[in-house]
Amino acid sequence: MAQRLGTLSELRAALDDGRTSASDVVAQALGRARELAPAFAATRGLRADRAAEEALQADQRRTARALRSVLDGIPLLLKDNLNHRGEPTTCASRILDGYVSPYDATAVERVKAAGGVVIGRTNMDEFAMGSSTENACDQPTRNPWDPTRVPGGSSGGSAAAVAAGIVPVALGSDTGGSVRQPASFCGVVGIKPTYGRVSRYGLVAFASSLDQVGVFSRTAADAAALLQVISGHDPLDSTSLDEPVPDYAAALDGDVAGLTIGLPREYFVEQGVDPDVLERVRDAVKELERAGAKTCEVSLPHTPYAVATYYLIAMAEASSNLARYDGVRYGHRATGAHDLQSMYSRTRSEGFGAEVKRRILLGTYVLSAGYYDAYYRKAQQARTLLRGDFEAAYRSCDLILTPTAPEVAFALGERSADPLQMYLSDIFTVSANLAGIPGISVPCGFARDLPVGLQLLGPALGESLLLRVADAYQRRTDWHTKTPPEAS
Amino acid sequence: MARITREEVERIADLARLTLSAEEAQALTHDLDTMLEYVQALDGLDTQNVEPTAHPLPVATALRPDRARPSLAPEEAVGNAPEREGSAFTVPKVIEGVES
Repeated sequence: MAQRLGTLSELRAALDDGRTSASDVVAQALGRARELAPAFAATRGLRADRAAEEALQADQRRTARALRSVLDGIPLLLKDNLNHRGEPTTCASRILDGYVSPYDATAVERVKAAGGVVIGRTNMDEFAMGSSTENACDQPTRNPWDPTRVPGGSSGGSAAAVAAGIVPVALGSDTGGSVRQPASFCGVVGIKPTYGRVSRYGLVAFASSLDQVGVFSRTAADAAALLQVISGHDPLDSTSLDEPVPDYAAALDGDVAGLTIGLPREYFVEQGVDPDVLERVRDAVKELERAGAKTCEVSLPHTPYAVATYYLIAMAEASSNLARYDGVRYGHRATGAHDLQSMYSRTRSEGFGAEVKRRILLGTYVLSAGYYDAYYRKAQQARTLLRGDFEAAYRSCDLILTPTAPEVAFALGERSADPLQMYLSDIFTVSANLAGIPGISVPCGFARDLPVGLQLLGPALGESLLLRVADAYQRRTDWHTKTPPEAS
Repeated sequence: MARITREEVERIADLARLTLSAEEAQALTHDLDTMLEYVQALDGLDTQNVEPTAHPLPVATALRPDRARPSLAPEEAVGNAPEREGSAFTVPKVIEGVES
């Protein structure tokens, strides 16, 4: 069995000391990915030859003293909804069968320019629609801490791959919690940046006003390093923010003294939240208090409306975005249709899975004549109120701390028959997407041997603050150093 | 009372260019009904005089100079098409009554 890979910082040090080479590290990552694939199905495809070539080039740059960044020669994985030139992008959907990306997503282009070595793609819920990675068109990913349980979703493959030590870092996407919730379930760090901080160009669109590329890692310091590479304005995404990117690593001073952390009373409730999860998160609050942070109760009064608001907006946008899959320009096309309309319908009916159809239908319904005001416009108004909650809360605190999810990883199959129950898994994460603010999930202990995550939410462009607090917490705790027994 | 009927689900499916089997239509009618019941919680929220948010952060329309830039070659742009002729996508005939 190929050994677990170290963190990005550890690999960087080993490369710098000449103890290993990028070629060896990438070979180790590929070996581990292959060996763990049958048990966990974290990956959807590896690019062994090309990754080995790129690793060799990284080693040559080292010899020539021309390293491009701290990411140079480091292996990583991409969620299978990020276009990577010359590679398939499937979104874990049959409708993208045979599609080969003719271009790079901006985040991918920046990773490549920094010398990062993409070793392959990770599994996900089809079109990022799900909270368990069970909605992949072929097979679900399993949680490295307990293969009978889900890794969370929709970026479950990226979270599981980092937890299983296949790669030190991976990219995912977060529309309603799809980076933070699987990070919580798998015991790793997951950050969703501010909407617009990272270009969405080349990220397959699910809900365009909510989608954001995010980062998985084991430490906040590693998340800072990869986020640094992918952040920044992109002329190809008109919603990307034209704001300078701060030096995230420089913000990690270990100091939280004087910060005020808001604890929203609507998130620290007994009803619907696993008591062991609450206890672990309260322990983490005490740890941060010992480190000098102050805490205060805040209120986000519209929280009970967040999930309904989120799903109305996300499904409406999804129904519109997914109209492009019609069998004309790429992907699957149904055979035997004699006219255009039946070609469209048959292609889409064969190509999309059950959850995607469910969301397209609800989205189409709420946007259709007669229902638009009652559902879609109403949800957009609720979104304004939810944003206002955060604006008001940040007047009395610097950042907000909550559980990432109301639970630990649930069993495979447990929620498959109950879509609504599945959606409620996102209850603590969707608000950040609606408000456009950044959030990070950090491992904060275990409940019944399964990882628990705490979530930090910051004001827009508050990534440095979130990373600084997450890093300070990790300096004082060792949860992030624990490894899953089944993948150690 | 049901919030959505099977006929409505089939009408919506047609708008969304989806063909549902009988079992799918039945299951989805139930699912959509459950979801619509859940989102009815928003009815209790007073949104009078609240501006809708279409976008999380203020964005201005991005403008750029109107200059030609490099883009995908036509061959690459159609390279993923299930069926094509040269640099064109081919589809089943659209106009009724014309022999192809």
